[in-house]
Amino acid sequence: MQPTDISNPEYFHKVVDCQYACPAHTPVPEYIRLIAAGRYTEAYMVNWESNVFPGVLGRTCDRPCEPACRRGRVDEEPVAICRLKRVAADNKGDVRAWMPEIPQVKNGKKIALVGGGPASLTVARDLAPLGYEIHLFDEQIAGGGMMRSQIPSFRLPDAVLDEEVNYILDMGIHAHFKTYVSSLRELLDKDYDAIFVGTGAPRGRDLDIPGREAGKANIHIGIEWLASVAFEHTHAIGKKVIVLGGGNTAMDCCRTSRRLGGESVKVVVRSPFAEMKASPWEKEDAMHEDIPILDNHVPKEFVVEGGRLIGMRFEKVIAVYDESGKRSLVPTGDPLEFIEADDVLIAIGQENSFPWIERDLGLEFDKWGMPVVSRATFQSTNAKVFFGGDAAFGPQNVITAVAHGHHAAVSIDLYCEGKDVHDRPSPRTNLVSQKMGIHEWIYDSQVVNDDRYKVPQAEKQVTLKDRKLEVELGFDFKTGFKEAQRCLNCDVQTVFHTSRCIECDACADICPTDCITFTENGEEDDLRTRLNAPANNLEQSLYVSDSLPQTRRVMIKDEDVCLHCGLCAERCPTAAWDMQKFLYSMSKSSQVCGVLQL
Amino acid sequence: MTYVKPAFRHPALSQNDLGFTKKDYEGALSTLCGGCGHDSISGAITEACFEMSIAPHRLAKLSGIGCSSKTPTYFLGNSHGFNSVHGRMPSVATGASLANRDLIYLGVSGDGDSASIGMGQFVHAIRRHLNVVYIVMNNGCYGLTKGQDSATADIGSISKNGMNHFQAIDLAAMALELGATFVARSFSGDKTQLVPLIKAAISHHGFALIDVISPCVTFNNNTGSTKAYDYVREHITTAEVVDYVPPSEEITMGYAEGSSAELTLHDGSHLSLHKLAPDFDPRDKLSVVQRIYEARAKKEILTGLLYIEPGTPDLHDLVGTISTPLNQLGTADLCPGNDVLSEINRGLR
Repeated sequence: MQPTDISNPEYFHKVVDCQYACPAHTPVPEYIRLIAAGRYTEAYMVNWESNVFPGVLGRTCDRPCEPACRRGRVDEEPVAICRLKRVAADNKGDVRAWMPEIPQVKNGKKIALVGGGPASLTVARDLAPLGYEIHLFDEQIAGGGMMRSQIPSFRLPDAVLDEEVNYILDMGIHAHFKTYVSSLRELLDKDYDAIFVGTGAPRGRDLDIPGREAGKANIHIGIEWLASVAFEHTHAIGKKVIVLGGGNTAMDCCRTSRRLGGESVKVVVRSPFAEMKASPWEKEDAMHEDIPILDNHVPKEFVVEGGRLIGMRFEKVIAVYDESGKRSLVPTGDPLEFIEADDVLIAIGQENSFPWIERDLGLEFDKWGMPVVSRATFQSTNAKVFFGGDAAFGPQNVITAVAHGHHAAVSIDLYCEGKDVHDRPSPRTNLVSQKMGIHEWIYDSQVVNDDRYKVPQAEKQVTLKDRKLEVELGFDFKTGFKEAQRCLNCDVQTVFHTSRCIECDACADICPTDCITFTENGEEDDLRTRLNAPANNLEQSLYVSDSLPQTRRVMIKDEDVCLHCGLCAERCPTAAWDMQKFLYSMSKSSQVCGVLQL
Repeated sequence: MTYVKPAFRHPALSQNDLGFTKKDYEGALSTLCGGCGHDSISGAITEACFEMSIAPHRLAKLSGIGCSSKTPTYFLGNSHGFNSVHGRMPSVATGASLANRDLIYLGVSGDGDSASIGMGQFVHAIRRHLNVVYIVMNNGCYGLTKGQDSATADIGSISKNGMNHFQAIDLAAMALELGATFVARSFSGDKTQLVPLIKAAISHHGFALIDVISPCVTFNNNTGSTKAYDYVREHITTAEVVDYVPPSEEITMGYAEGSSAELTLHDGSHLSLHKLAPDFDPRDKLSVVQRIYEARAKKEILTGLLYIEPGTPDLHDLVGTISTPLNQLGTADLCPGNDVLSEINRGLR
């Protein structure tokens, strides 16, 4: 293998599994260390710089970081990254002082943002410090988009959302609420230099089976119903409720139903339990609230009697997989099962919808009705119009929308400056030795053995009575500290200096997880089989040195289960190994705060 | 010292025949200087015992005083251990072996412990054919007392204290002279060679010496030292390549005819010896002595299995000790009674 080029920031970036998995590349270990140090404000700002909504995401994120967490590969469970983020948000001091200054004198460029959700707000946050005049349009009464309309208050209190939305709106954004943009042409005809579309995936999928029309008074589309509850139009639901669907919206629907009068609430889903789209923790929370999840049930019919919905019939199936792993749901042959219901909520998916975009504006749509958008620049085929969030490539999640917002803001800035949108700024990185003295490192290198801590919840009897009462209480200081200590500090990199190595084997001997091997060089496939421990995780890189001075062998380090404990550097007599903190900040249009010391 | 070794290990660690992983053969975290050759030897011992599936309670580690003699703390944490007086490990090993011949004895010593203060002990353990694996971690200096030249420092070798003017004691050549039946030399920086040698030594019945050149990174790894990492690597030469084949496995390695020889050891394991020089045979003492002297003249460091003589009696065989370990003998065995005593006394009249 060729020696690893560690000067390419992408190499060490990939080693920090959590940050790499985060769409917005939040420097997770950095903020977790700040939490452990009790520096909650800075921890919050490290988050805010990357993901814009730490308080929201610390409660509701889909957490792509946690399955990626290296600790999950050596321990039972990953670090509770998401809920640590909340610890920072809950305990922070005044953060306004850390926020970027908004120039009084504008740069003369005007941007329109359609939709007031996480993608648009991120664009606003990234562009406002550069002096852009930003106009945000949303049909609702307040900003936040789906974070407000679809995430129930018992998971995300209004106060938390308002605070973080307002940090952005207070940057001098011209917010036009209760304003539905009905024509892109009209917007294009105005004097905006660029337009960003962050309108989400606003249409809930319907279920066209017998009885749908007859029972429509008690059959609701999940996201519409959740919005109606959030904006206080709906206050009650029947005692018996069926929620159709297996995603997180279904979980929010069923739990909201329990708070609005639903006594017997059931989630009924086509797929097997294990394959449901909902996050495991959301399923757990639903079941904790006495909501059974009936899997392998395909809805066949809404049953209406005397003009009123009385329930639904389902066909029982089993999942069968062919050789390629493709699933088909095969009926068991049992008679259809009837389940009583006063109301049914349909939460089987969301779709995009762009009725307000005329099709003759040079803005192409594909055969699925989706705009043609560049995944690199988020620019549409109309150079002036950019997309992000669910509106760009279909429904995903908040953190992905934020990441889109950052990318789109970079493009909009380049476009407005008359530059090539493909010629994007590099990420900002830094690599600093953590050595302080003999056996002393700036970071807490010791690996603790603690199991993952559970986030305490308020009593079910209390929370089920009030839909606005937050269920999760968050970690207290002490537990937050202990959970933070579980982080392996994967951003503190093992940096190897070939020329200093005397091949004494001290590092290979001490390494608790047998990551380091000195051997003859070879092809990657071959090398992976003859290391001190098998390197079977092909997604993880091998760090390969140059030929070593004494034997011409090479040092190979399998990054997979390195604990970043620093013992290799600790035992190295010549400082050929050093532990160096790698900071990576994805390209953004502006450096919005100085908390990351890059 | 504020650091500890994390408890996590590689999730895909393999298990040996006893169901143990390498972790079960580890010891405490080393307190030696980082980069010390001794730590590599500890690692090699750990690896050899793991791969041989030695039940940890079946092995006793014995040592004297010195950096080398501290190492038994850093490997085989589940085995027996006795950290004895400076240079007196061979006596303690002799006593232990006589008391319980069923254990595997691993003596760990250094050049100070064996070639200076314990020289008398060392030579007598060899000539008595004590059944022990005797590993000398040889760094040519007294590392624990700031690196003075030891008796194995080569003449002309330069340490941080200056040049050594005295002739070095060659422990391997001396062991050969005293009748050792297994003599090897190796280098801490070459585990591919060292691990099979340790396994072979454990399988060997009788005194097995492995003299391991083990650089002292702190006091004797400088330019001019003949026991520095770079010097050893530049001057090392291998007598022959040894493959260790455990008793349960067949020998399957194919080498050119005439270049290899097979040996069966006491416990049924095999050694495949692959000669690198036509006139050298580790079973022929004369050729070995010649090769050692040649290497010395050429300033080569000759490593590998230098001499082996399987199937020779050990101390127990020679003095006719009882085959049961003493701790398993009952009062009736140990105090046979007045009649027997009277019988013995009668014989002496």
